[in-house]
Amino acid sequence: MATLHTQSTARLMMSPSVILLLAWMLIPLSMTLYFSFLRYNLLMPGMEEWTGFFNYQYFVTDPAFTAALVNTLVLVASVLVISVGGGLLMALLLDQPFFGRGIVRLLVIAPFFVMPTVSALVWKNMLMHPVYGLFAWVARGVGLEPVDWLSSAPLLSIILIVSWQWLPFAALILLTALQSLDEEQMEAAEMDGASALRRFVHITLPHLSRAITVVILIETIFLLSVFAEILVTTSGGPGYDSTNLSYLIYTQALLQFDVGGASAGGIIAVILANIVAIFLIRLIGKNLET
Amino acid sequence: MCHLRLSNVSKRFGTQEVIRDLDLSIEDGAFVVFVGPSGCGKSTLLRLIAGLEDASAGTIEIDDEDVTQLPPARRGLSMVFQSYALYPHMTVRANIAFPLRMAGLDKAAVDRKVTEAARVLNLTDYLSRKPRQLSGGQRQRVAIGRAIVREPKAFLFDEPLSNLDAALRVNMRLEISELHHQLGTTMIYVTHDQIEAMTMADTIVVLNKGVVEQVGSPMELYRRPANLFVAGFIGSPRMNFINGREAAKLGAEVIGVRPEHITLSPDGGTWRGEVGVAEHLGSDTFLHIKVDGVGQITARAPGEVDLRHGETISLTPEPGKMHLFGKTGEVIRTPEGVS
Amino acid sequence: MARTVSTQRKAAVTVLAWVIGLLIFFPILWTVLTSFKTEGEAIANPPSFLFFDWTMENYTEVQERSNYLRHVVNSVAISFGSTLIGLIIAVPAAWAMAFSPTKRTKGILMWMLSTKMLPAVGVLMPIYLIFRDLGLLDTLIALIIVMTMVNLPIMVWMLYTYFKEIPADILEAARMDGAGLRQEIVYVLAPMAVPGIASTCLLNIILAWNEAFWSLNLTAASAAPLTAFIASYSSPEGLFWAKLSAASTMAIAPILVLGWFSQRQLVRGLTFGAVK
Repeated sequence: MATLHTQSTARLMMSPSVILLLAWMLIPLSMTLYFSFLRYNLLMPGMEEWTGFFNYQYFVTDPAFTAALVNTLVLVASVLVISVGGGLLMALLLDQPFFGRGIVRLLVIAPFFVMPTVSALVWKNMLMHPVYGLFAWVARGVGLEPVDWLSSAPLLSIILIVSWQWLPFAALILLTALQSLDEEQMEAAEMDGASALRRFVHITLPHLSRAITVVILIETIFLLSVFAEILVTTSGGPGYDSTNLSYLIYTQALLQFDVGGASAGGIIAVILANIVAIFLIRLIGKNLET
Repeated sequence: MCHLRLSNVSKRFGTQEVIRDLDLSIEDGAFVVFVGPSGCGKSTLLRLIAGLEDASAGTIEIDDEDVTQLPPARRGLSMVFQSYALYPHMTVRANIAFPLRMAGLDKAAVDRKVTEAARVLNLTDYLSRKPRQLSGGQRQRVAIGRAIVREPKAFLFDEPLSNLDAALRVNMRLEISELHHQLGTTMIYVTHDQIEAMTMADTIVVLNKGVVEQVGSPMELYRRPANLFVAGFIGSPRMNFINGREAAKLGAEVIGVRPEHITLSPDGGTWRGEVGVAEHLGSDTFLHIKVDGVGQITARAPGEVDLRHGETISLTPEPGKMHLFGKTGEVIRTPEGVS
Repeated sequence: MARTVSTQRKAAVTVLAWVIGLLIFFPILWTVLTSFKTEGEAIANPPSFLFFDWTMENYTEVQERSNYLRHVVNSVAISFGSTLIGLIIAVPAAWAMAFSPTKRTKGILMWMLSTKMLPAVGVLMPIYLIFRDLGLLDTLIALIIVMTMVNLPIMVWMLYTYFKEIPADILEAARMDGAGLRQEIVYVLAPMAVPGIASTCLLNIILAWNEAFWSLNLTAASAAPLTAFIASYSSPEGLFWAKLSAASTMAIAPILVLGWFSQRQLVRGLTFGAVK
């Protein structure tokens, strides 16, 4: 009953969402874009002036930017490898029949529901503390010198913490996808004489490919803007060793009050995220057709 | 009671014309089956009558009242959907009662009618169950129950048996026919299955590509199909079509012979052919025979016939049972005379 | 597969899975255990696992020292408030898109999704300045607004995928049965839509409860939800691990339980319906 009347009602029903989201996206983004071309520091009010691409030049040539960009990419790539690889193994394990499957499944996905500040602080203090941490106790127990994780391997520590949060996500999604695998297809392959490994490579993996892609893309979106974990553990240090792009922009903005510089950084971050977003949107759009 | 008339009805989805300028009149109390291949517009036609689709052109009248612009609820019709479309969150009782509640009947009357419908449909023991706890056949009955309590002017059925297994389908076919005799209400029934059409209908409407190919009683369509399409669609196994030289001999483009109108003999017939697959049903035997210069012919022999793959046999089409078709597929001679 | 698995294999898998599962869960378990220790036992070496004097004092002290309850109330207000407002805005939109789709519906959905991918740092400065100028920094209103907008695309999406699953047949059946628009909504649509709406709310509450970026940047003492409040334990003055653990346990427990109950719906929501 696609009559004219219902069409206009539909438009009316959609408009609040569309207008609000449009405002939420366009207003701040155009302001960021505008600020990025200004010399604008909150500590020097009334001194705003047009500077063209100076902020971009300043931000990009800052050695901290290069460090932050590299850290961001290393962080994203490492967590992706650990969480997707580990998540896949975990999903395959949880797909097997064993006693207490439901409970183990709950245990495994639990970290995903822990708020980032809690998980970061628990790891920082109770696990990674060089004197009282559990890792130090284990290290001493096997006769090793305890490591001061956060100062000697800050980025690795953050990678571990973030991986712990995201591995459950990957495991949960991949397990769900695994369980939707058509059993008859598996049985057909078995009848055809395919070994367990070949069945995994030729049937399971292709079946999971879409889910894996979705996991990679969604995690990338979130991992590009890891923030709280860095703030409460290393504060980006020592030096810039564990600063990522989000954290760098935050320091520029709310610690140095350099609105112009932070905005230029923000625009760069938006561009970076958009590259990923394009792929993700295409992929989800394709799924929408079916 | 209901007399239904469609005049010049068309339906377009975008640029695609699904129903083209269709005229149809349905008599009060008839059991009418719309039959045709998928995509022929039969379901759309039913939904136009129901009011679930708006006609792009033309008028629809029920009892001489123009209902073209009326919403479905006010046309006084009931519909049984292919998926049954039962309300999953309601019990069987609530499902059947729903149309009555919508009509604003008082509780006692609702209860009385639901109980009566449940009794007729053997659903009394299931009234407090939810649809998902029922078998396919039971769901089907609930859908029918929901349709009959309204005492509609006509029932619309949209492929109601296609989700049932074969045995159940035969049962439900009988039950629906029985229901028609009891109620005497007009029923319009959509199916792609010509056996359902033949066994249930008073009148069959054969549709193809949005156009009515032929309207008539089952036996009329069987005996005097108006064209190649109807001839090929009605009857099982399908009518044999022979073209080329054999057809030209009789002055036709195509000749049609039904498998049951072919006589088999060891020798001396019109054609000779080699037996391919023989399907033994016990009561009948269907033989697929390859005839040189004619093609693949299906013949039906009553009872058990002991013929094997590769044997040669003679075939003779019964002379009075041949259908002759012209260039555009129209019939030029039926077995019972020139049409 | 309906075949018997050898007992040894099943035993081996059981052991392996439990060991890995417990290892992954261990940090949470350890936090809960530590929350019942005294500060001295919390940093004891060697650590005590189960045999210590169980105490509840950390829980009472967390409240007394820093008015923990206030932050709980903030978290509840923000997550429930944003969910409720989001629902009011998102339900009509998802409804319209699911039940009267047009050629542009898909494009609009895609665009909504793309706003979700905008990194927060990209709009940090303007949002901060706008709220500062409106005097809304460190207020619950600011966070409720932000959380609503941040999660609105996910809500619309999730509701859309749920509404789409309601078969059109059933709505048509209701129409044939004589239901008007109001009756169609009250008796047929609403009861069928409720489970989807409930899952959407659940996911939204979880996401809002755990959100850290905006909570940390837009609040100070008074409007800080639990995510931001817990972060205050990162200051190096003294080792209050037992209290940190008690505060953390209370902050994560309700969400953990909600999350456990809604695994399947979460998968759907978080992957925008791409994996079910």
